[in-house]
Amino acid sequence: MTERSNSLSEWLEARLPVISAFRREYVDFAMPRNLNYLWNFGAFATIALGLLILSGIFLALNYTPTVTEAFASIEMIDRQVSSGWLVRAIHMGGVSMLFASLYVHIGRGLYYGSYKAPRELLWLTGLGLLLLVMTTAFAGYILPWGQMSYWGATVVINALNSLPVIGKPLAAWLLGGEGLGNTALHRIYVLHFVTAFSIVGFVVLHVAALHVAGSNNPTGIEPAKPDDTVPFHPYYTTKDGLGLCLFLMVYAGLIFFAPDILTLADNYAQANPLVTPRDITPEWYFAPFYAILRAVPSKLGGLLLAAGSLGVLFAVPWLDASPVRSARYRPILRIALPILFLAFIALGAAGMHPPTGFWLWISRIAVTYWYLYFLILLPYLPRVEIPKPLPSSLQEPRG
Amino acid sequence: MKRFFIATLLLAGGSAHASTPEQRGFQVFRQICSSCHSLNYVTYSDLTGLGVSVPDIKSYASQHQVPDGLDEDGDPKTRPAHPSDHIGSPYPSESMARMANHGGLPPDFSRLALTQEGGPQRIIHILKSYTAPPAGTKLPLGAFYNTAMPHLHIAMPQPLHDGQVKYADGTTATIPQMANDVTAFLNWTARPHLKARHQTGIFVLAYLAGLAVLLGILKRRVWKRLKSPE
Repeated sequence: MTERSNSLSEWLEARLPVISAFRREYVDFAMPRNLNYLWNFGAFATIALGLLILSGIFLALNYTPTVTEAFASIEMIDRQVSSGWLVRAIHMGGVSMLFASLYVHIGRGLYYGSYKAPRELLWLTGLGLLLLVMTTAFAGYILPWGQMSYWGATVVINALNSLPVIGKPLAAWLLGGEGLGNTALHRIYVLHFVTAFSIVGFVVLHVAALHVAGSNNPTGIEPAKPDDTVPFHPYYTTKDGLGLCLFLMVYAGLIFFAPDILTLADNYAQANPLVTPRDITPEWYFAPFYAILRAVPSKLGGLLLAAGSLGVLFAVPWLDASPVRSARYRPILRIALPILFLAFIALGAAGMHPPTGFWLWISRIAVTYWYLYFLILLPYLPRVEIPKPLPSSLQEPRG
Repeated sequence: MKRFFIATLLLAGGSAHASTPEQRGFQVFRQICSSCHSLNYVTYSDLTGLGVSVPDIKSYASQHQVPDGLDEDGDPKTRPAHPSDHIGSPYPSESMARMANHGGLPPDFSRLALTQEGGPQRIIHILKSYTAPPAGTKLPLGAFYNTAMPHLHIAMPQPLHDGQVKYADGTTATIPQMANDVTAFLNWTARPHLKARHQTGIFVLAYLAGLAVLLGILKRRVWKRLKSPE
């Protein structure tokens, strides 16, 4: 029996070495031994993505992408399809959990300098993933054809229209004609699918890049001695497993006990092109960018600022002039970066409120700080900041 | 064990007599609200979720006619509704509904408790806020005096009156009682699987909590190997 299975695995190994590759990359793979729980969020995002794709396939079986039928088909999934309410809740909750994981994951990368050489491509593929996830989420939110679906899409398409030269052709290409209609809905449905599966491909690239450079760690110091690292299994399988279990508990709490906070009630009213909602609010994960879009009294200016706020992230590996990776050893950055996180949260809050008075100024101050951090602090801070002495090894206890 | 299950099922089925607020609310909807308001996305058979029995659902459905294509002469046909049909609107079209209601469209009930600003509490408040207008009040054509509305009038005539419904369980049908009951029904139409959602959630969370404890122990054991000298 043993001999037979051995020969089978040898047969497979000689033709396609998947078993040894799996062992090398997921069992014996050397990981820094000092990773904290913030390193779990990549695994969280992967699991959320997997659940989104799985639930999405089952939703697609019952969804009809036409203007007259879309809303009714979602109602049918929620009411009549067996366990449809659960599948839809997993899908809706999954988006929030995915974005939350991604934002923490990116924040962790910023704090511990995970974007610095030799991990620039890891950072860039990750941001590519963020853009794909945003596109997919935007397209997906239009599909239920509720009031917020329709008017949210209208806001974005109007912003797209304001781009000089390419704006109008781009919007026309997406919509397939004038306005949001059947053609547009069908295209957006296809876009949702295509980008969703492109994400999987991009995840493969991202993980491949990770396995070339290896994980960064909270000290930002590369492992030097053999005992600086531990094999992925069983150390990080158990740590990720525990983290995932807690992650799934939050996820379950959301979909079973607080489903209403996952969506805006307005989206349970069918899209009506003749009735504009009193205030068009985005889902929470788009709120920071929506706040930037509305922070200046110019459509094009807002769009450029919002796109630029993501654009600066792409340039971070080359904007940050400090050779020190981890913010633990950068006394000023250690304060400046949490303020950036606060600015992001403030933008999110501002995006959920009408852009007047207090909230308008909050979003203006926050977006100014956002650009100040990336364009001034990252490149020029190292000239004045005196880093704390780096420990000789990643195992040295924190002083 | 089997007997126990059958007994439980019979008890659950028999609860039509000891009715819940949702079931009483359904009775209010059926006898009062449904003469103007639609339930476009709820099917007759969905009412099993309220504990309404299958024969009752069948007889309720069969009282309504639904379009059934064209006959051989090309004239529209109708048939009695099946349990799988949507409860739908009392009017054949939106324009007919508007014509019958001074140009206003009675809102659909499917998600009203969710989309109505202020939620169920607001619905109860509106239903209870009809009073005789003070002398000298001038109301627009087709409007009725209601103190819950910002401009003190509403397009819906007072729907509930004391004793209008004879509840199957003998509850006295006062206006506040009916308002609460019909709102409980609307809350059910807006969140049809809330009970199953909570019940499933408790099991899922309990399972995950148990798993988290086990994984926590496993993780500690595995990582202990690192700290102790080999």
